[in-house]
Amino acid sequence: MNRIVAKEEFSQNPGVKMMQIEAPRIARKAKGGQFVVFRLNETGERVPLTVADTDPEKGLVTIIFQEVGKSTMQLGKLEVGDCLADFIGPLGQPTHMGDFGTVLCVAGGIGIAPTHNIVKALKAHGNKIISVIGARTKDLLFWEDKMRALSDELYVCTDDGSYGIHGLVTKVEQELLEKSRESGEIGLVIGIGPPIMMKFVCKTSEPFGVKTLVSLPTIMVDATGMCGACRVTVGGETKFVCVDGPEFDGHKVDFDEMLKRQSIYLEQEKEAVERYRHQDSCDCCCACGGDQ
Amino acid sequence: MAEEKIVNKAKKLPRHPMPEQDAKVRARNFEEVPFGYSSETAMLEASRCLRCSKPKCVEGCPVNVKIPEFVGLIADGDFIGAAHKLKETNALPAVCGRVCPQESQCESRCVLGKKGEPVAIGRLERFAADYERAQGKMTLPQIAPATGKKVAVIGGGPAGLTVAGDLVKLGHQVTIFEALHKTGGVLVYGIPEFRLPKAIVQAEVDYLKALGVEIVESYVVGQIETVDELLERFDACFVGTGAGLPVFMKLAGENLNGVYSANEYLTRSNLMKAYLFPEYDTPIVKGRKVATFGGGNVAMDSSRTALRLGAEKSYIIYRRSMDEMPARDEEIHHAGEEGVEFLLLSNPKRLIGNEKGWLTGVECVKMELGEPDESGRRRPVEVAGSEFIVEVDTVVVAIGNGPNPLVPSTTPDLKTNRWGNIEADLETGATSMPGVYAGGDIVTGAATVIQAMGAGKKAAAAMHDYLSGK
Repeated sequence: MNRIVAKEEFSQNPGVKMMQIEAPRIARKAKGGQFVVFRLNETGERVPLTVADTDPEKGLVTIIFQEVGKSTMQLGKLEVGDCLADFIGPLGQPTHMGDFGTVLCVAGGIGIAPTHNIVKALKAHGNKIISVIGARTKDLLFWEDKMRALSDELYVCTDDGSYGIHGLVTKVEQELLEKSRESGEIGLVIGIGPPIMMKFVCKTSEPFGVKTLVSLPTIMVDATGMCGACRVTVGGETKFVCVDGPEFDGHKVDFDEMLKRQSIYLEQEKEAVERYRHQDSCDCCCACGGDQ
Repeated sequence: MAEEKIVNKAKKLPRHPMPEQDAKVRARNFEEVPFGYSSETAMLEASRCLRCSKPKCVEGCPVNVKIPEFVGLIADGDFIGAAHKLKETNALPAVCGRVCPQESQCESRCVLGKKGEPVAIGRLERFAADYERAQGKMTLPQIAPATGKKVAVIGGGPAGLTVAGDLVKLGHQVTIFEALHKTGGVLVYGIPEFRLPKAIVQAEVDYLKALGVEIVESYVVGQIETVDELLERFDACFVGTGAGLPVFMKLAGENLNGVYSANEYLTRSNLMKAYLFPEYDTPIVKGRKVATFGGGNVAMDSSRTALRLGAEKSYIIYRRSMDEMPARDEEIHHAGEEGVEFLLLSNPKRLIGNEKGWLTGVECVKMELGEPDESGRRRPVEVAGSEFIVEVDTVVVAIGNGPNPLVPSTTPDLKTNRWGNIEADLETGATSMPGVYAGGDIVTGAATVIQAMGAGKKAAAAMHDYLSGK
């Protein structure tokens, strides 16, 4: 169960990795926009990750993650053949499908992963797709080929100009929305990436009056609506990302509150990472478990 | 008369207290509070039972445990026999002996209680179950021949575990689907280790597995498979998905950092073992000054957990007085002993935070009790101009839970009431869908472990009839 059958390293520093997990039921059931929760072992935490791709025939679920905390670093250390203690899903609501005409998908960094699965569904539904993918630098970009295959138009940006268009994804978003202002061809914007990037994708689209969906990567515990760790304010109302989302109307999301809530455990996360790194490198035989 | 003599003897023998950890010590550890009876004390306590010919205590028990019989066996020194007697009607005696509100159920009906103190039925139940577990020899009851019928139990909490235990004994093939990665429901995510050690829950779950129940964890019914889909491969379903939806107070500042639902606070601490961070990966805010809103058992569990996580101050903020508090007396007493401070007749009005989004305080208003409301309790009303601020860095909102919507919202034919609870016959658990039964908090709203087990027992009986074509 939950065996890793493929692994690929997209970038080394910070580590961005892709894994395919054997999870036939989830692979058959998961739709674009939904997520899974993994737990590595008995002492592990429950970590949500949006599904990047599925292969229902082979029973595989693809996840892509950046090694930002102890759990993702530990996951990155696993190899093909290893198993995850728990792999739970699908969770959350799928992306609402409809005929939006042209959908502008703006994806930043690790956000390319969930965007891919959503674009796949929107494309299959008959929508025209314009994608803008970007990252801080060339090494952090991935799946350009897969995104190109699904998109009618694709733009690639890097913040540092090391590849493609030099600049932020929001710059291209702005230009495309301006181009579409008269024709009105863009009926929906989807913005997925780091919270701060999503906030600006929404700020960019707001004056154009184009509905904008974002997928929120909040902190979760059970991810089934039981705890409320993931609560966000949307249009003045408290919503649970795990069951009401993860996608919301970005123009109504209180990003500032969400950004603050994302920082609750920064200190503990730092402590856990330091301890993990030390344990990893500690060869002493005092059985300190890395504590000394 | 002989009977009078026995009554007099019992009156002379006072109810035996259970030794427990010193309050100051235990307020800083997660080990269980009481130690349990010794064999000698258990036999003495059991000898107080009058063995009434028409025992009222049994009527007071939602699963009708054969109380005089098991207590009698303890008095005779047959502790294993007592445990078996308990298990005839109660699948989880070690749990019930600890968390049942005996004072309002079996013990409230005990004849001895009229003029003195009732037999300590709960403590004896706990003793017998613990004794059997300590022997390490699990004897399994007779299992009826296989019926070939398959039952899906959705939710591995007290109701679901009871249904599974009863139906597997009757020869049905039972599978429990649990959404979390550990089975037990509120027994593992909600009730803290110091009140119900998780090893005990695990032993009860292992017992069900030994009986032949299949358990599938990390399986969120409603998402990965719907009830309708389950009915294609099972002959009947039981829905026991509980009251898992936390209720917030809709106060300003409720999304500040440091504000938790009791579900989150307790799940982090109990299920995820955040109190053992960083050995366990899940973190929790270890507040210095913690306020818990509410006056039920969950509020007591939260405020006592806060102390164990290192809080200097742990307050209960409750809008009525001590008399109206719904928590068990024992829990209130334990919390008080450990240093929890009660701010009664006080109602939170808003939560105050700093520029970084962290909670710094709660503004409350004083309340006074007016006329009784529909619950029979006197309705609290605000005292104008009595606002005051309590400095806290953590708040736990423990004012109740709504029904978990995952199963009802994905099962269109399953009727619910306006609060989202599944409509089910209280005697049989039958729902609007043939072959689908429901019980526990998803039907009644948040109640007790034993009430959910009682509902499970009734549903199991009705499901057996249904599966047998009766």
